[in-house]
Amino acid sequence: MGVSVMRVRGYALIVGNDVDTDTIIPARYLHRSEPEWLGEHVFDDAPGIKGRLNTTPKPVAIVAGDGFGYGSSREHAVVALKAAGVAVVVAKSFHRIFYRNAINNGLPVVEADLVEVRDCELVLVDLAGGTITASSGCTRRIKPIPPQILEILECGGLKEVLRKLASEHHRT
Amino acid sequence: MDSLALRILAKHSGASAVEPGEIVYARVDKVMINDVTGPMALSVLADAGAEDLVNPDKVEVHVVMDHYSPPHNWDSANAHRRLRDFSRKYGCVLHDVGSGVAHQLLAEGIVKPGDLVVGADSHTLTYGALSSFATGIGSSEAAYAMAAGELWFKAPEPLYVEVRGRFHTGVTGKDLALHLLKVLGPVGALYRSVEFVGNGLRHVNMPDRLTVANMMVEAGAKTAIFPYDDVIEYWLRMHGVLPERMWRELTLDPGRPADIEVDLSELEPLIAEPPMPTRVRHVTDLEGTEVDLVFVGSCTNGRYEDMVALARVLKGRKVRARLIVIPASVRVLKQMVSEGVLNTLLEAGAVIGVPGCGPCFGAHMGVAGNSEVVVSTVNRNFPGRAGPPTAKVYLASPYTAAAAALTGRITDPRPLLAEHEWVCL
Ligand code: SF4
Repeated sequence: MGVSVMRVRGYALIVGNDVDTDTIIPARYLHRSEPEWLGEHVFDDAPGIKGRLNTTPKPVAIVAGDGFGYGSSREHAVVALKAAGVAVVVAKSFHRIFYRNAINNGLPVVEADLVEVRDCELVLVDLAGGTITASSGCTRRIKPIPPQILEILECGGLKEVLRKLASEHHRT
Repeated sequence: MDSLALRILAKHSGASAVEPGEIVYARVDKVMINDVTGPMALSVLADAGAEDLVNPDKVEVHVVMDHYSPPHNWDSANAHRRLRDFSRKYGCVLHDVGSGVAHQLLAEGIVKPGDLVVGADSHTLTYGALSSFATGIGSSEAAYAMAAGELWFKAPEPLYVEVRGRFHTGVTGKDLALHLLKVLGPVGALYRSVEFVGNGLRHVNMPDRLTVANMMVEAGAKTAIFPYDDVIEYWLRMHGVLPERMWRELTLDPGRPADIEVDLSELEPLIAEPPMPTRVRHVTDLEGTEVDLVFVGSCTNGRYEDMVALARVLKGRKVRARLIVIPASVRVLKQMVSEGVLNTLLEAGAVIGVPGCGPCFGAHMGVAGNSEVVVSTVNRNFPGRAGPPTAKVYLASPYTAAAAALTGRITDPRPLLAEHEWVCL
């Protein structure tokens, strides 16, 4: 896990501004939390996005505008995206709980403005080098991710950090 | 250093000061999980082998069954069962089915000024109305905070709002919240701590402050804090909490320049049209729009004072639109019973639900049908939030909701209130 999140790639799926978590995974599916169930219902109420997600080759790189992950704290949104084959989300800005949930589940989230990128273009995100490159030639520097956050991502998510904490506790 | 958020964060991280943008680990006083986010947190704890690290001496954990209350199917009933068993085994405080919405229950004497509170629900910032640093987190983080008693935070940049003047009749904290969302937009307070100052605050009561703090997340805020004053002290005493002297320090320098200034006397009834809480218009601009369903309740406006506002308009009258009313807590319901408000609402044709989230969350108990128009006192109107994506949800104050229920159309509540001035409940 450790090395792979530092360089991720995906085929672009363009989604626009203010994509909220009710749109990513509607409330009526949240009484279950299995990844397969959530992945199956991702973007159910946004047929425009869902249709393109289904035809985009996997893994997918979501490319968004401002305010991705608006709204609820449901971590189900991140689980659903991952289960549907999303490997990275690039957005101009993120809402904070979504951002934290993504990091905590080992899903790389990167702040950058990729307006020129089109659907299905291959996007390469190099977290270590701090760059994004798209197959059409568009490149961006990304805002560096603080080391404490990178550490959680590299661990494979917060659950793994917690696992270490628990095993240390049980040893002492 | 001035910002209340930074001061509270510094105190809990053992630092003498923290700067905006700095990442710190801080001790948390309370963790809240609910019946949507809680089961996932329990799975994380179990997978990580960390369940037995949870104990009440380390951190107070509140488990609230509010989103599916009572459970609507086998899955949610089983989730409740699991949360109940866990709470008993590991000493969490359990708020079972019918107790109410977390953000009302924890404001009824549990959260204290100066506390650092995290909740696996985005509207956790509601408790900022009680001078605490309260913020929403996800399930994995709730699991981590329950086991470790601490969590990482990125110290927020403050955003000061200065409040002057006082509300006219028929204008409430909900209209103030909507006004601020109109000014800020969906990312205007992203990662920021919205902090309130100004002499107008003495006219803003606790229910209104809870509403305002609640909705600042709709502009992306991390937390929203009101400075400690007599209004807070009175609310705490009413809920059985004796004030502590050091809470008096939780104030802001009144002379500071503000990022946003609001004169309450200039506010009018506002309404947010779909698909976003920041699409705010004047009620008068949308007057006449036909309404099928009205919902009054939720952690935004399900308090006793909201029910009184509703009853003031509806007393002795009959509703034209369907009206669903859900008190935010059992305490609110009891007060509605003892003060006669419940009867007024039943006489007017309201349907009363079990204290909890009701249809706010969009999963059960009163969701709308295809293309129906809803006027609701909740905080979100994203497509699919309270019914099929074709349903249209408008967000408004209890007065505006009452006027819509009464006339079956979007209506300015002020003339109705004026006609009804003599009403005593
Ligand atoms: S009342 Fe609505 S906004 Fe509040 S916690 Fe429940 S679902 Fe969330």
